[in-house]
Amino acid sequence: MHQRLLSPYVQSRSRIHRLPPVVKLIGAVLFVVSTVLLPHATWVGYLLGAVALITVAALSRVPPLHLAKRLLILEPFVLSVALLSLFQPSGLRVFLAILVKSTLCLFCMVLLSATTSMPDLLSGLRSLRIPRLLVTTLALTYRYLFLLVDEMERMQRARRSRTFTRHRLQAWRSLATVIAQLFVRTSERAERIYAAMCARGWKT
Amino acid sequence: MHIPDGFLDTKTAVASGVIATAGLGIALRSVRRTLPEKRIPLIGLTSAFVFAAQMLNFPVAGGTSGHLIGAVLAAVLLGPSAAVLVLSSVLILQCLLFADGGVTALGANIVNMAIIAPGVGYGVYRLVRGMAGNGQRGILFATAFAAWCSTVAASLACAGQLASSGTVAWRVAFPAMVNIHMLIGAGEALITTLVIAALCRARPELLLSESQPLLKPRYGELTAYGLLVSLGLAIFVAPFACGWPDGLEKVATVLRFESRAVVKPLLPSPLPDYAVPGVNSAVLSTVLAGCLGTLAAFALAYLLARFLTPRVEIHPGPRPRGSPSGASTPA
Repeated sequence: MHQRLLSPYVQSRSRIHRLPPVVKLIGAVLFVVSTVLLPHATWVGYLLGAVALITVAALSRVPPLHLAKRLLILEPFVLSVALLSLFQPSGLRVFLAILVKSTLCLFCMVLLSATTSMPDLLSGLRSLRIPRLLVTTLALTYRYLFLLVDEMERMQRARRSRTFTRHRLQAWRSLATVIAQLFVRTSERAERIYAAMCARGWKT
Repeated sequence: MHIPDGFLDTKTAVASGVIATAGLGIALRSVRRTLPEKRIPLIGLTSAFVFAAQMLNFPVAGGTSGHLIGAVLAAVLLGPSAAVLVLSSVLILQCLLFADGGVTALGANIVNMAIIAPGVGYGVYRLVRGMAGNGQRGILFATAFAAWCSTVAASLACAGQLASSGTVAWRVAFPAMVNIHMLIGAGEALITTLVIAALCRARPELLLSESQPLLKPRYGELTAYGLLVSLGLAIFVAPFACGWPDGLEKVATVLRFESRAVVKPLLPSPLPDYAVPGVNSAVLSTVLAGCLGTLAAFALAYLLARFLTPRVEIHPGPRPRGSPSGASTPA
């Protein structure tokens, strides 16, 4: 689960990794916004953006293969929406421009998440005056996401090893039971977490 | 339904950003005001739960698979404001951590999946529950129909945003998004209802206790969400409905006029399509098909609820925590 979703290179110590998270966050957002704002088919602009990103990627010393793999995983989503834009006048131009633009933006976000750990990003968000309740919620979500996904996979495995059926409805039912049971466990866990937070002196 | 970066133009991104900020602001304010402090971890954990549940794929016809949005699930379990907060934080995390959904499209994604989906879903849920009563069958019926409506409404808004940005023509975006999501919505409805039914069996007190402050939103809050949802749909979808006759004509011309005034330099022009003869009947048939689909979903939701309700209704009431029937019920 962790291997599938998290970049293993967030902990290395290159020049890019050591930048303050707020700088990286704002930089990434500025890059994405300016890329999106570029008019269609300004190929020189796209090229400059790509060069800048590749420089940053080289400085960060994250293996290129890893970045390419992350991009490849995400690209189909972009492609499937972009394909819809072919069905209109001058569709090919729009299609190519959109494809390049969103690939650049994806690359930028992949770089950000490969060089900045989530707790750092959250502290960046906090110093940007994002409401505390939202940041707390995000932090809790991140903290318990992996645990819950692992728990869900365990429950599904247990369920699969006990029920053998090819009936479609039964499969749906057992999926729903797993989700429901996960929510029961989640709400019980939330109570325990609250007690633990209070015991450690947490205040809103 | 996550829109990546680069698919929205400036005006759409800004407009949806404003709506998203307003909605999130209202949700944060009302959660902070009504939520007892001890439930704050529950909000965070529920969004982790929704995130996890979104990773489970369910099979749709023809080898494709869809996954839950979970908007109605969250809204039924925790109330509308908490649902808005929960889904927003799921989307923000997906954007920052996994680059799933764009940064500039974050506003649009929040509008679709974290405001319109739970807003429409909760509205429909309350309405149907008002009609069908408070028993378990009423809850399941309302949940099923609300889940379907929320998915379709979210996909409608998504199609509208893509079309008004000029990236995808409305005549392609509409069938590609909405028709498919009518099917996916059926899957979402089935799973959500099965989950709620399983919770009714395992832990009815999690669901049926209406005394929780979160589940009783104030009218001001509901009105605010209603306004935001209709504003979003009006901005993104109504300009394309200008082929509709009489009643909506006036509003539509005003809206079309407005959007044209802003859009002209940015758009490659999706609008000339509307001069094509026969569009009127096409629009009419779309509307008719939509109505029929909605009616069918309504009927199916009722049948599903009947099918899932046990003969003896379960009544709200505390139950000892470790009771054997609280364990997962085999299917």
